[in-house]
Amino acid sequence: MERTRTPVVSGWFTEDGPDGAGFRLLGTRCSACAAVFFPREDAYCRNPHCPGDGLLAEVPLSPRGRVWSYTDGRYRPPAPYVSDPEAPWEPYTLVAVELEAEGMVVLGQTVPGVTVADLAVGAEVEVVGGVLNEDPDTGTVWTTWRFRPTGGSA
Amino acid sequence: MSADIAVLGAGMHPWGKWGRSFVEYGRAAARTALADAGLEWSDVRSIVGADTVRSGYPGYVAGATFAQALGWQGARVTSVYAACASGAQAIGAARAQILAGLADVVLVVGADAAPKGFFAPAGGDRPDDPDWLRFRVLGATNPAYFGLYARRRMAVYGDTLEDFAQVKVKNAAAGALNPLARYRKPVTAEEVADSAVVADPLRLLDICATSDGGAALVLSSMDFARSRGVADPVRIRAVSTVTPTYPRTVLDLPDIATDSVTAVRPAPGSFRASIARAAYEEAGLGPGDLSLAEVYDLSTALELEWYEDIGLCAEGEGAKLVREGATALGGRVPVNTSGGLASFGEAVPAQAIAQVCELTWQLRGTAGDRQVPGARAGITANQGLFGHGSAVVAVR
Ligand SMILES: [Zn+2]
Repeated sequence: MERTRTPVVSGWFTEDGPDGAGFRLLGTRCSACAAVFFPREDAYCRNPHCPGDGLLAEVPLSPRGRVWSYTDGRYRPPAPYVSDPEAPWEPYTLVAVELEAEGMVVLGQTVPGVTVADLAVGAEVEVVGGVLNEDPDTGTVWTTWRFRPTGGSA
Repeated sequence: MSADIAVLGAGMHPWGKWGRSFVEYGRAAARTALADAGLEWSDVRSIVGADTVRSGYPGYVAGATFAQALGWQGARVTSVYAACASGAQAIGAARAQILAGLADVVLVVGADAAPKGFFAPAGGDRPDDPDWLRFRVLGATNPAYFGLYARRRMAVYGDTLEDFAQVKVKNAAAGALNPLARYRKPVTAEEVADSAVVADPLRLLDICATSDGGAALVLSSMDFARSRGVADPVRIRAVSTVTPTYPRTVLDLPDIATDSVTAVRPAPGSFRASIARAAYEEAGLGPGDLSLAEVYDLSTALELEWYEDIGLCAEGEGAKLVREGATALGGRVPVNTSGGLASFGEAVPAQAIAQVCELTWQLRGTAGDRQVPGARAGITANQGLFGHGSAVVAVR
């Protein structure tokens, strides 16, 4: 069966960065007040102090940030998280990252193989593309974002 | 004009896994609270139900569901949903009706029959729902968020796993004295350390369970209380249901990201601290006046954060407080004298009401072996998914 790569949520990231830098998370930015939103907010600006009448334009988010905190999931989460109930549970690592320019904290899974032992609050990470899960019935490869330590210290 | 209302009655159905409908727990709690108040259900002209998203439609319209279970008698009805803050919003709605003169006496009820294990979002594919998305895209359970807060405290303040365990030891000791609690066995620090890691750094005994349970209050105007011969009732002096302020910079359930700081500089202080601050301002008292507090210990580490947010100590000093024993029974300001969620588990719409039940018994001096001597004032603190604040100040 042909395999189709499909973002787990459309419009949240791109694998073709505007400057050829590859994978980037995508948010929106209000032209009236400069507030940035992720997940993208396309309907209205949520800043109560916004002068209004702004346009929300798509904007790539900082490719790097610092670890705000991290944890892992030692038990299988419930649906709609997709995992094979027949396979032994492999814990994933979650990291909350404070993005450089936006000062917002974004939650994501790390790339496979990175555990909590590899992370520290304040350490630098970068965002990269990854695969969340594959659906063998439809051949769909659901893509997502992942965070990977750059080796930069806290 | 005094903004106080009276707590005439308090009642609970014991917490546990009983395998029955939430309606049964709510009805039992309501009847206990009515008996405690010395009132008949037919004396009550308004009922407010705290909703649960489980159990289908009856859960979404809990006020009417409880009214039907108690027997239709024509009372005004209100149903409120605010996740973990549902109980506080129910109390807030009842208080508004009493202070506006719409009702003299109001019955407030919350109950739940929670599933075992992790809470999960409502069914169906709902990619517009942040609660659905955090599970689908990240597998981020509630304990994952608690783990993030705990790890952050360790990095920023130097809290240790032993500090977290001490909270469980303290709350289990109080819960062992509470016949309404689900878990009534003392727990040692070693038992916490030996329990399985759920979401690093938190272990099974650091995280509260899901439970069945119910709680109810009979609230009235001060005039109504006096007319019933209750001269000196426990009084509710403040109910805080505030939302966060933009930009919200601490990641919170069920969001995948915080607000950006590109447009507005964040105000100092946390959302959780603002919940308590609003309650103190409304009540005209402060943390120094407290005899005790009931806070939402979804995890042991989170209880330490609440110490700071309700002003028992400065930011970062929560662990010091538990190490000193200040928040244990017999300490300077006991916290979670009921045993907290550590001993009860979560029965979501009931919990904020149950916190006020505990304040009521403590302020009446009827809390038995866990009584705080001479208790005069207490605060409850809690927070509901999607930015619902919840705090109640009660005094005697
Ligand atoms: Zn704006």
